[in-house]
Amino acid sequence: MFNEMIIREGSVRNVVADDGTVTGFSFETHLPYYRGLGLSMVEVPEVRVDGEAVAEEDLRLTYNGVTRTFAELADVSDVRWELRTFATITVLQEGGLADGEHEIAVNLRLRVSYLPFISENRCTRTVTVRA
Amino acid sequence: MTRIKRGVSLYSYQHEYAHGSFTLKDAIAAAARTGALGIETLGEQMIPGFPFPGQSDLPDSFYARWKELMDTYGTTPTVHDMFLDTKRYKGRLLNLDEMVESLHRDIRHTAKMGAQGIRVIVNTPPEVVEAAAPYAREHGVWMGVEVHSPYSFDDDWIKRHLEVAERVGSDVVGCVPDMGIFVHRLPRVVVDRALRDGADPDLAAQIVETYNTHGDTQALFERLEADGADPVTLGLARNGVHMIAQPVDCLRSHAELIKHIHAKFYEMYPVEGFDYWHEYSIPYHEIVPLLEEIGFDGYLSSEYEGNRHIEDAETVDSVTQVAAHQGMLAALLADLAGKEG
Repeated sequence: MFNEMIIREGSVRNVVADDGTVTGFSFETHLPYYRGLGLSMVEVPEVRVDGEAVAEEDLRLTYNGVTRTFAELADVSDVRWELRTFATITVLQEGGLADGEHEIAVNLRLRVSYLPFISENRCTRTVTVRA
Repeated sequence: MTRIKRGVSLYSYQHEYAHGSFTLKDAIAAAARTGALGIETLGEQMIPGFPFPGQSDLPDSFYARWKELMDTYGTTPTVHDMFLDTKRYKGRLLNLDEMVESLHRDIRHTAKMGAQGIRVIVNTPPEVVEAAAPYAREHGVWMGVEVHSPYSFDDDWIKRHLEVAERVGSDVVGCVPDMGIFVHRLPRVVVDRALRDGADPDLAAQIVETYNTHGDTQALFERLEADGADPVTLGLARNGVHMIAQPVDCLRSHAELIKHIHAKFYEMYPVEGFDYWHEYSIPYHEIVPLLEEIGFDGYLSSEYEGNRHIEDAETVDSVTQVAAHQGMLAALLADLAGKEG
């Protein structure tokens, strides 16, 4: 549920470092679940840009102002990703998204204790980047 | 005069809450406007900062505000829906002590809310409930395992929970049947969603027919899987296996353990000849009289589940759906009074 908020509409943007170089892009994301969940129960998501999978080490999640890798997230068992709050997923990718149309596909995967499988939640958005 | 009361689980308004158009207060107000004065809550849904096991309880200021909200709307807290994050830590499951600690947190929270009981999520081991029973009794709170599809009263896991109730006493342990065990017609909203997502229309019709005539949905699923049906059609077939249509009569033999009812519903719709809407899948016109007959005196707590199945295609309107469900429950309860003469 709430899958359309996995990539919040209008939130995809290139990330520009202080020196002006574009280091990647980011989007805001809401938990696709009906209750808040500890960050340790958020598994590594699948992120695809124009069909190409992003490597785990190039993904970061920022919640409440703290940026972590997904490996680090696995140990954060005392911070709840609350409903109606957005985290930011950043994809480190030199140059970010080039001008033009791109398809971003995300499968946000959650470890829900009462389910015998990992909860998979998909959202795909086509965005246009203009210089 | 029936002693059955009407309530709403705030779960019903999750779409509005998550999308930022509803606050906790708005959700309580919406429930109260329907005449449903019993409020069921999920700590981890609309109460930011709800503690993890091992963390400090919510501050007294929260509980003071909560009581103010209840006073403002003339509502009563009924049940806290607890969750047990057995998979909280990567690579290992919680041990027994950690699970009991988690449930103790829920017991304190429920008592401080002024609520009567806890909906125990079905993955909670019976021995955890048993170990927490003295603490619950001390706090004046009952615990009821949710009897939720695909489980029914016939499953050993549920039977073990009910045996705990027999051992420790039904004042402290019982059950919360979810009316989703009585899905007598496959919800249209589920089928329509599958069709929008590209399910094969002929196979979908076959799945619906098999389910609605209480046919062998497992065999159908296996056949479709072997035939290489597409994932969406298979998903619908799997829904047909997971949803269950128990006879309503099964509530009869568990009367003394039923603490609270999850009045699950998928879709309220208008029906000609009636001045209230009906639920498409679940036979409330059978359920309500039977609950009266077996002396149930707790809350029918509306739980709107259709939101997630329609959100891709239409504007979710939980307020109208809950109001329609409450309208139906009120009418069915009034009918009971009529029969008393």
